[in-house]
Amino acid sequence: MSETFSPNIPIQTVRVAKVSAENEKVKTIELNTRLVAQPGQFIMVWVPGVGERPMSIANNDPLTISVANVGKVSSELHKLKPGGLISFRGPLGNGFRIQDKWKRILVVGGGYGIVPLFFLSRLACSNNVEVLGVIGAKTAKDIIYEEKLFAVNNETFVTTDDGSKGKKGTVMEEVCWILTDKKLKPDAVFTCGPERMMLAVARECLKHEIPCQVSLERHMKCGLGVCGSCDLDGKTVCRDGPVFDGLEVLGFESFGKSKRDASGKRIEF
Amino acid sequence: MALDISTSLFGKRMKNPLVLASGILGVTKAELEAVALNGAGAVTAKSLSIEPRKGHESPIIIETGCGMLNAVGYSNPGIEDGLKEFSGWDRSEPLIISITGKDEKEFALLATRIEEAKADLNCTAIELALSCPHTPGYGLMAGQADPKMTGRITEAVCKKTSLPVIVKLSPSVPGEVEAAKLAEKEGAAAINMGNSLGPGMKIDINRAKPILSFKMGGMSGPAIKPIAIRCVYDIYGAVKIPIIGTGGVNDGHDAIEMMMAGASYAGVGTAIYFRGPDAFKKIESEMRVWLKEREYTSVNKIIGVAHE
Repeated sequence: MSETFSPNIPIQTVRVAKVSAENEKVKTIELNTRLVAQPGQFIMVWVPGVGERPMSIANNDPLTISVANVGKVSSELHKLKPGGLISFRGPLGNGFRIQDKWKRILVVGGGYGIVPLFFLSRLACSNNVEVLGVIGAKTAKDIIYEEKLFAVNNETFVTTDDGSKGKKGTVMEEVCWILTDKKLKPDAVFTCGPERMMLAVARECLKHEIPCQVSLERHMKCGLGVCGSCDLDGKTVCRDGPVFDGLEVLGFESFGKSKRDASGKRIEF
Repeated sequence: MALDISTSLFGKRMKNPLVLASGILGVTKAELEAVALNGAGAVTAKSLSIEPRKGHESPIIIETGCGMLNAVGYSNPGIEDGLKEFSGWDRSEPLIISITGKDEKEFALLATRIEEAKADLNCTAIELALSCPHTPGYGLMAGQADPKMTGRITEAVCKKTSLPVIVKLSPSVPGEVEAAKLAEKEGAAAINMGNSLGPGMKIDINRAKPILSFKMGGMSGPAIKPIAIRCVYDIYGAVKIPIIGTGGVNDGHDAIEMMMAGASYAGVGTAIYFRGPDAFKKIESEMRVWLKEREYTSVNKIIGVAHE
């Protein structure tokens, strides 16, 4: 009598097609497969004997991920060469949703948060939606995907904290004027990056009554909505998210404030 | 006649006999509140140990086609942070705090801390996880499912707390009936039969490696239901205290079957994966349909009827 809610999402193993460096820390890995997936969804990449980590989908055809070398799983992924084996399950979670009536969107990426937004921008561009981008990072070498965005965006604004690339400052200064600019005001805003940045973006969008979607990051262990590690005020980020409506998360106590570590202990951002 | 599907746990009302099993969600109070809002009659927090534990490396959970295989490894923030996390429970659904320790001394210490904090916690019972099949030093891997060990730990905990104590047994080793009897003798107020089954293993044939980082894990979901039903059936005749029947309850018919075997309550966990966060509401509504069609007036009338 019971319907199946979750489809069986098996682990797939495919070969690496191409590896390229974005900067000294980030590599983009193109896989020899394509995946039916929405921007904002993710895959769990498994390195046998080492571990499994959630990764944003940077492109679905061919399936592409960008990996920052920050731990034991990502350092193994950085060793991969074309022809090597890579295993993953997905797509998982809920992605960004674009409404047909939206003619112009703004994507706001902080650091490596730009990765899923590139997939979104590419899709929007192919649907004749005008795309504006703001990307920000601490310093010039942390700005990735600028050229990729250039190919699909109508305009991309770059900011760095130290002024080594683009305007000196944070993405918020750019976002604030764009949201009120007569010519550029977007119909919707999509953001991914540090959570305090997304909190600021979501608040600004609320102020100007512009729909906003945020892509959250939590400590994901199972990716199936059952272990509870990625809690967001009673929602599971892996299954209910990772993309949430800005208005919805602004009502959540922990949004922009705290997440859980591997043990479940609360840690402040 | 109207159908009453409510029941009670140690005097506290439950809107239905469905209990969130420990280890599924339950990391945070907000998650437990969400599960209660989504239809659970009672909720169990994720097991707390003395010290914080990160648990096993991912993958920790994998689907097996007939259920799940998990080796979470008792990740939890430790008793002190855990008590803070779950304090101030103000929903009407009973809250059960689950604990896990290396030996009876650790269990006694955990029970003492909960006893001291019980006014703030507002929990209804303590559950002893003696049966996890995939964590070295704890549960099955520490021999805690052995009937004598089960009795000893139950005794040590019951000396330290006035809260009702639920003892969670293992379906993985022989002796569950003896363990239930000894737990009852040493003061347990209820039996939870039981934990995940195993350990089991799943190998990815393309990589020729076990998928779980811990290699082996506990089976849950539809695959283990017949074993859970049989264990509950056997224990029902051997003890007087109520039983929470946990293992493979995925829909209303499963919950009814579990109660007919002798359970007063049905534990639900993996169904959240198969049927979504509102699995409890779905299961309750399926129970209602079945019971109404047969003109039952109370869900409690089906408890143990398979023995008549």
